[in-house]
Amino acid sequence: MKNHSLSETHRRAYWRKNLIFVAALLTVWFIVSFVLSIIFVDDLNEIRMGGFRLGFWMAQQGSLYIFVILIFVYVWLMNRLDRAYGLEEQEINEHAQDASSEGAAQ
Amino acid sequence: MTDIFAADPIKIWTFIIVGLSFALYIGIAWRAKAESMSDFYVAGSQVGAVANGMATAAGWMSAASFISMAGMMSFLGRDGAMYLMGWTGGYVLLALLLAPYLRKFGKYTVPDFVGERYYSQTARVVALVCAIFVSFTYVAGQMRGVGVVFARFLEVPVEWGVVIGMVIVFIYTVTGGQKSITYTQVAQYCVLIFAYMLPTFFISLLLTDTLLPQIGFGAELSTEPGVFLLDKLDGLSQELGFAAYTGRGSKTIIDVFFITLSLMVGTAGLPHVITRFFTVPRVKDARMSAGWALLFIVILYATAPAVAAFARINLLTSVHNTEYASVPDWFSKWEETGLIRFSDKNGDGRIQYYNDQNPAFAQRATAQGWNGNELSIDRDIIVLANPEIAQLPAWIIALVAAGGLAAALSTAAGLLLVLSMSVSHDLMKKVIRPNITEKQELRYARISAAVAVIIAGYFGVHPPGFVAQVVAFAFGLAASSFFPVIVLGIFSKRMNRAGAIAGMITGMSFTAAYIIYFKFVHPEANTAAHWLWGISPEGIGGVGMLINFGVSLAISSRTSPPPQEVQDMVEEIRIPRSEKPVLS
Repeated sequence: MKNHSLSETHRRAYWRKNLIFVAALLTVWFIVSFVLSIIFVDDLNEIRMGGFRLGFWMAQQGSLYIFVILIFVYVWLMNRLDRAYGLEEQEINEHAQDASSEGAAQ
Repeated sequence: MTDIFAADPIKIWTFIIVGLSFALYIGIAWRAKAESMSDFYVAGSQVGAVANGMATAAGWMSAASFISMAGMMSFLGRDGAMYLMGWTGGYVLLALLLAPYLRKFGKYTVPDFVGERYYSQTARVVALVCAIFVSFTYVAGQMRGVGVVFARFLEVPVEWGVVIGMVIVFIYTVTGGQKSITYTQVAQYCVLIFAYMLPTFFISLLLTDTLLPQIGFGAELSTEPGVFLLDKLDGLSQELGFAAYTGRGSKTIIDVFFITLSLMVGTAGLPHVITRFFTVPRVKDARMSAGWALLFIVILYATAPAVAAFARINLLTSVHNTEYASVPDWFSKWEETGLIRFSDKNGDGRIQYYNDQNPAFAQRATAQGWNGNELSIDRDIIVLANPEIAQLPAWIIALVAAGGLAAALSTAAGLLLVLSMSVSHDLMKKVIRPNITEKQELRYARISAAVAVIIAGYFGVHPPGFVAQVVAFAFGLAASSFFPVIVLGIFSKRMNRAGAIAGMITGMSFTAAYIIYFKFVHPEANTAAHWLWGISPEGIGGVGMLINFGVSLAISSRTSPPPQEVQDMVEEIRIPRSEKPVLS
């Protein structure tokens, strides 16, 4: 186990990084959905991607896929950040794992 | 009853498959009975991330998502994207702004968080009333959905269907609470996604020789190599006076913008979705399961636009200008249910389906001897008739019925649990009788779940005429009340009681007043010309949310900061590691 210093500055630095990640990911979220798929959708529709017009594809497909990717990127970034700052959760007891595998088997 | 079985293989298969699926749900629920209060409220906080993702997805995708969404999109064309993005984009907000922190907070409900964070019973009660209102609005529609699926596939009266649905939900909500609901929802997700995808694969192969519908609707038509399906659809739509399918619809940019925003933020603020993130063991799992939930949802939501396009092209090519005497079988079958209606206005024996509301097209229509659109189609038919249009076997049609029921039941159960928790925990334990024991609280939870099932069933049998209108209400209120107070409660240590209450009340009253005015007081004035900045009542929750944020920040900056222990609590929920219990 690392030595966790839970000093004020340590927590602040962690929180600051978290805010930067969230801001960056939400910027992508906003551009993909509101800017590209709503405001500039007609302009993007001039571009073709196989049988799709790009604006239509972004609005009905692309944005959804990017949303999923954004969450998994966030998970990855935060897990790394938690470890780097020694702020990840303590190990939990075993039967939580049992309960989840039981559920997945249903 | 015996003649039913003799008549129709679809009915036999429906009885078998629906019966088996119900037996499965009850079996699972029985194995996962709730023993303690924490089991009943949050499944003991021991649900794995993937299982919670599936349960969240099943709880989220309602009868409307399963049955109505593709149909709605089929008629809206590109504008349908506001529902797709609105109902998925909210999960990004949920994952990044709410879920991990609420998990760290760890105490059961949204009103709990609001009450503790803003050290105020008033704030708790406001949140409680919103939670109950939003959940009841939703659950009435679900019970109705159960009844309708039963009625269509088994030809029993809608009321019977509702009662059967009530009994099933009653069994596992009252005995098992969140623990039973969670694992039942996992099974229901599997049933509903299988039922949705299977017919769609076949239709995609049939129309475009491509297995994956998400690729298929951008591919070339198998009957006309070299012609892309969507181009054909744009052309056909315009020939009949409709807007191009992939082009601009009837809504303005600002309206689409705010409807999408309102749905996204409303999704992130819905109590039955938020509650699911209290059921996982760790903050890490809360983040991860939000990702899984959205992935599982997107599997269906990314398929829906393909279903919509396939159905639209089938309709325009196989029905328009066809002789009524030689329509396909599915057409006649669904005509009997009243979901398709044809009236031969110009008496030529053919079906004319075109946009008779388009003045620019009227001349061309008259020139062809058309005398108004002759076909009306209920949007629900798009998914329900899908397997028949593709001429799939009876057991697949039965599977779609089971899928629709799974979608409706899983959503209903999650909502009923929120109602039960609101009464037993937020109202009884935290407001009226703080001295009750855990055992008594659990008893209240079971009783209120039972009462909620009965009230929901009543609304299912006697649906209030305003159900469709109040859906805008549910999202608008969730967007303009919960979302801002929770986000500010986490991200601003300075946010205090006065700010939060003022924000919730102004945001909510503005949204409610706008919707009530246009939906109930002056429905005739509900047109773009009268709307504020051209924003429809469906999108006004987004404005209400901004007002809430503005008022909260302004008031809190002019009043005293929250007490030290509340500020410490905020510090504590911001990091995953627990140094001390969040609440003492």
